Amino acid sequence: MHAAGPGLLAVLGPLAGVVAVVAHLVLVVVLRRSGRAWSGWRSVAWVLGCALAILAVAGPLPAAAASSAPAHMVGHLLLGMLAPLLLVLGAPVTLVLRALPVGAARRLSRVLRSRPLRVLTEPAVAAVLDVGGLWLLYATPLLATAAGHPVLDVVVHAHVLLAGYLFTAVLVGRDPLPHRRGTPHRLVVLVLALAAHDVLAKWLYAHADGADARLGAQVMYYGGDGVDLALAVLVCLRWYASSYRRETSAHLIC
Amino acid sequence: MPRPPLVARSTLSGVLAGVGLVAFVDETVFHQLLHWHHFYDRSTSDAGLVSDGLFHALGFVAVVTGLFLLADLHRRSGLVVGRWVGGLLLGAGGFQLYDGLVQHKVFGLHQIRYGVPLLPYDVTWDGVAVVLLVAGAVLTRRARPARAASS
Repeated sequence: MHAAGPGLLAVLGPLAGVVAVVAHLVLVVVLRRSGRAWSGWRSVAWVLGCALAILAVAGPLPAAAASSAPAHMVGHLLLGMLAPLLLVLGAPVTLVLRALPVGAARRLSRVLRSRPLRVLTEPAVAAVLDVGGLWLLYATPLLATAAGHPVLDVVVHAHVLLAGYLFTAVLVGRDPLPHRRGTPHRLVVLVLALAAHDVLAKWLYAHADGADARLGAQVMYYGGDGVDLALAVLVCLRWYASSYRRETSAHLIC
Repeated sequence: MPRPPLVARSTLSGVLAGVGLVAFVDETVFHQLLHWHHFYDRSTSDAGLVSDGLFHALGFVAVVTGLFLLADLHRRSGLVVGRWVGGLLLGAGGFQLYDGLVQHKVFGLHQIRYGVPLLPYDVTWDGVAVVLLVAGAVLTRRARPARAASS
């Protein structure tokens, strides 16, 4: 039983990824058949996001990650930051809401406005779940423990992906949310969350034994920058577009 | 229809771009190209790690936000150029001085350069920061929009 165990993530991960891609494509076909439009770019983002998440948990990368800290950190960046960003750009909730019959869509949007989701989509809560989870993973023996427990391993990786998704969706997602905080609020949370990510990376560097572990910490530190930049651009781009709309509509009224 | 100049927003945009610019120069020139700064040195305190993380994360967000604000000011024809440049110098000087005094000296994050007498480097670093701050303050004071100057 235990011998077959460590492969659980490598089986469930790709399975979930393939199901997500197939479900997405089916919904897009349903939508298009009913004559409604769906941007192909959103589908590209969704499929790429699923592919990157699969790469992070199965195949050569996790195999290399067992003995290489930089490979592990590339996996972390893919699963926790880049794949979530692409999945968010795929706007899955919008797709589901549009493809479902009206009654079911109404029920779903009631769920989306429910109290638990209201709390979860508070930017600070999403940030703590995301980066707090990483601190728990890397600053405690959790990562080493999970490596020996297949189910815990799956839970840990699912949390990294889902918390990354939640955080990204709250900051830059186009999907409907129960409430969306203003741009300055989201930018401040972004800075604080990425600061916590950077501090963790440097803390790992300080406590690393050996050059490999130090390189891994640097991959985490500088890799976070790339996603930081992308998220900041997306938050600002949205503000830029919407403040222009407000401006021009105000002029139309005058 | 002429619109009122957006004075405070011009300064804010400049300050954010200035903070981002210095963070960017620090990272590319002193960390990556010259290899003077170290990613970490053993004297780094915990407060130093937190401060470094905050300013590292702030740098990218600041430059992006500052430039989007600049584009928005341009779109609204509300840019006060002197205020923006003044803000840029204030932001750059302020962050440089914070880096030189608090991060390098108080928190011991890392030094400007290793294996050399530090004093001339520290004096130059902080001196440049003060010059930037003073130039920024002078420019900001001079760049009053016409409306405020006439009153």
